[in-house]
Amino acid sequence: MPTLKSLRRWLLLLPLALLAGCNTVLMNPSGDIANQQGRLIVVSTVLMLIIIVPVIALTLFFAWRYRQSNKEADYSPDWDHSTQLELAIWAAPLLIIIALGAITWISTHTLDPYRPLSRLDAERPVPAEAKPLVVEVVALDWKWLFIYPEQGFATVNEMAAPVDRPITFKITASSVMNSFFIPALAGQIYAMPGMETKLHAVINKPGEFEGFSANYSGAGFSGMRFKFHGLSNGDFDQWVQKVKAGKDGELTREQYKKLEVPSEREPVRHYAAVAPDLYDAILNLCVDRNKMCMKEMMAIDADGGLGKPGAFNIATKKAWQADTLTNSPTRKYVTAMCTTEE
Amino acid sequence: MTMFENLDLTKLVFGRLTWEAIPYHEPILLATFVAVVLGGIAVLGAVTYFKLWGTLWHDWITSIDHKKIGIMYIILGLVMLLRGFADALMMRAQQAVAFGDNTGFLPPHHYDQIFTAHGVIMIFFVAMPLVTGLMNFVVPLQIGARDVAFPFLNNFSFWMTTFGAGLVMASLFVGEFAKTGWLAYPPLSGLLFSPDVGVDYYIWSLQIAGVGTLLSGVNLLATIVKMRAPGMTMMKMPVFTWTALCTNVLIVAAFPVLTAVLALLSLDRYAGTNFFTNDLGGNAMMYVNLIWIWGHPEVYILILPAFGIFSEVVSTFSGKRLFGYASMVYATVVITILSYLVWLHHFFTMGSGASVNSFFGITTMIISIPTGAKIFNWLFTMYRGRIRFELPMMWTIGFMITFVIGGMTGVLLAVPPADFVLHNSLFLIAHFHNVIIGGVLFGMLAGITYWFPKAFGYKLDPFWGKCSFWFWIVGFWVAFMPLYVLGLMGVTRRMNHFQDMSLQIWFQVAAFGAVLIALGIASFIIQLVVSFVRRESLRDTTGDPWNGRTLEWSTSSPPPAYNFAFTPRIHDNDAWTDMKRRGYTRPLEGFTPIHMPKNTAAGFIIAALAATCGFALIWQMWLVAGAGFLAMLAAVIIHTFNYKRDYYIPADDVVRTEDARTRLLAAAHV
Repeated sequence: MPTLKSLRRWLLLLPLALLAGCNTVLMNPSGDIANQQGRLIVVSTVLMLIIIVPVIALTLFFAWRYRQSNKEADYSPDWDHSTQLELAIWAAPLLIIIALGAITWISTHTLDPYRPLSRLDAERPVPAEAKPLVVEVVALDWKWLFIYPEQGFATVNEMAAPVDRPITFKITASSVMNSFFIPALAGQIYAMPGMETKLHAVINKPGEFEGFSANYSGAGFSGMRFKFHGLSNGDFDQWVQKVKAGKDGELTREQYKKLEVPSEREPVRHYAAVAPDLYDAILNLCVDRNKMCMKEMMAIDADGGLGKPGAFNIATKKAWQADTLTNSPTRKYVTAMCTTEE
Repeated sequence: MTMFENLDLTKLVFGRLTWEAIPYHEPILLATFVAVVLGGIAVLGAVTYFKLWGTLWHDWITSIDHKKIGIMYIILGLVMLLRGFADALMMRAQQAVAFGDNTGFLPPHHYDQIFTAHGVIMIFFVAMPLVTGLMNFVVPLQIGARDVAFPFLNNFSFWMTTFGAGLVMASLFVGEFAKTGWLAYPPLSGLLFSPDVGVDYYIWSLQIAGVGTLLSGVNLLATIVKMRAPGMTMMKMPVFTWTALCTNVLIVAAFPVLTAVLALLSLDRYAGTNFFTNDLGGNAMMYVNLIWIWGHPEVYILILPAFGIFSEVVSTFSGKRLFGYASMVYATVVITILSYLVWLHHFFTMGSGASVNSFFGITTMIISIPTGAKIFNWLFTMYRGRIRFELPMMWTIGFMITFVIGGMTGVLLAVPPADFVLHNSLFLIAHFHNVIIGGVLFGMLAGITYWFPKAFGYKLDPFWGKCSFWFWIVGFWVAFMPLYVLGLMGVTRRMNHFQDMSLQIWFQVAAFGAVLIALGIASFIIQLVVSFVRRESLRDTTGDPWNGRTLEWSTSSPPPAYNFAFTPRIHDNDAWTDMKRRGYTRPLEGFTPIHMPKNTAAGFIIAALAATCGFALIWQMWLVAGAGFLAMLAAVIIHTFNYKRDYYIPADDVVRTEDARTRLLAAAHV
């Protein structure tokens, strides 16, 4: 009976599959936020299984018990209502959802990515003197740019943070939507052009972890990955020194415009220095100095707008995508009023 | 003057369509194209050889009989299922091999079109036609009506849907399809990042099919509200009709949102507006909100009729009244309303505040309460029944066991902090296939096997049906359980290449599951062929092969064109069971001429012109688009002057049809 044997082998694989499900990065992560999110998955699943398991068991049992050939089973063709039973079948899921709803309300607030951390892990609160490490993240086509304002440098496709120090991410994108996700550290949040999202997290164990975009963003999406290093304080300082000695020089606006052009599977880059207003310019879609920054545009609009002259303050230029495509689209943009730098 | 100097006639006629657009350098597409041409020639040859052109045109293409239109919708859905599933097999194959140095056989340019087409086709051109087809066929029969409220509109709706599907298919061989994912989020779907025709194919095929869906929604809504047989109060309607009513309410309320959001996207792409662009004050998140305000009700549009089918099937094959009819109806209505209050759960991760996320998470969970009540109602319908394990019942039990798992993972995804790690992962993919295959598809297959004898006069062969069932259900679990595990490993969707070799085994298992599902689909096709060959031995002469409970089973199989010679009077929600019990006898005389709507080619012609116009807009052939639009307008106006829209079936014909049925019934009872 080879088929039976192979069937048995497959059945033996089943608990293995379940075990594999338990020992994954989401169920066993290295950062406190991801850890709490993983625990929440387990708690919610168990809560729902209270109702799911009996339903599956009853389905199979009733199907077997009331099969046509079983003449011993009761048959009441006109029985179609029972107030008590109907109250019970509405109340049972209701109770589970009340419990789950309460858990949802509390956990959504405590694990809100915008909320500064209050603890390093289950035992340790965040020390009063701790200053979070700020990292500005930009999703580019198709690579990740990390700007460390405190350290004054930038990296591409590599990121590091010291263990047990809260990290504050400020996240945006250059062109299309991506989602910034390091499963071992914390849940994802979208990276969107012209908008900033935030994430607070902490890594509790040293190690090398996977980071990637979790939202499809075009042809190079599959290769849009980076390594996230959780490092001890000493190792992190060494890493900082290494980046500061980076051979890729300074990330100026001009450099950024070159970097921004779509490319795939970029190697790690270390920029020893970075233009101080670069992140702000990226966020406001005005790395090109001819363009008006979104925040200025909004300020003008909030003030009542420019009126008719505003309609003439528009220029057209070929997009950088033009280099890579046959039919070159152009885009309109609002021109800057004046630039103080020049 | 300068304007006319630049006028280029070739450009006006052909737009950006050149020979470059034909992908003859892609071997997969070339082989598909050859197969399609050969298959097409074979079909056309067969139609000519058997002299079927006349009947095809007069009895089907121009037919406004709701039963025939329903059948055509289902054929469309099944044909498109083959296309959508071919896409699925290619994705599974690519992900099973593309590891490390092996980049697989599909470059991103091709792979990204495939997953977009798979989603679009499966939702819009498989699930929707199957659902609409079953509602079209069954609802008028269940409520004792002779046709739908607007028979011509019904034919037009069908052809709009079909030509929309045709445009998607055309993108295979002329140009390309969108590479944006099935909801085409901007900025990626904007002109700057998707300058080629793919997104335009997406927009125009959905706009054209969307008109069809919306009009069919209006039509069925009016039918159910206005055309029920006397005595059939709202709370005596069969549950399938109730779910059809709620689904059509959702269609009428939700599809205009899709039309509007796609219109805004087309303005961005064609007219240079900036609704969803990054510059000039546009905001892509408005698109995300709008598309999901349509998109979430859409999944209930699909699942509610499936729930209706399961209700009919479970009560018929348990030989018992449906348990908790009233609570079933209320549950359906509650789901209908709540489906509008949950759309934000598709983008918890886009930075909404904790209170907003909690609100939408909790409203989502609340939907599981009426859904849970429904599951219990089916369960207690089986309790103290006499269950016959015919195919539709097997699909129903398969559904109950599969769907509760999908429901559970769905509620899990509704917990925002859990969603932060599961959003866009393969866990999510496993979840929605779990509810769409385990819920919608199993429901449609249950419905098709259940009502097949009513439509064609013979039952489907049970052996091949059981093969199909087991291959589908085992294949489903083998294909999607690995995806749940991969999701927990943090693997995201829409990847066409992986570095981590340890993941490969899971993708190989999933690919094997897809092969099992392929066998399930093959068994289903074999089942159709075998049943056709053996139709004499599978013949249903009674019109009531399953000992059914609702009105459609009181007619002959297949029903006459006029459905009911006399409009029945309803006293109970299991109307036919009630009639059988009270010793109902068919009236054998007193037949009068029956007033019926007349066939027309207008629906087909207008839809064909709409598709021409759409194709021209995709390729920016402005002259053709303008001409196509004017021709379409002209065809609509000309149709309004067609006063020969109805006719009477003479009393003699009715007598002849009814006598034939009397003889059949007498023979069956010998």
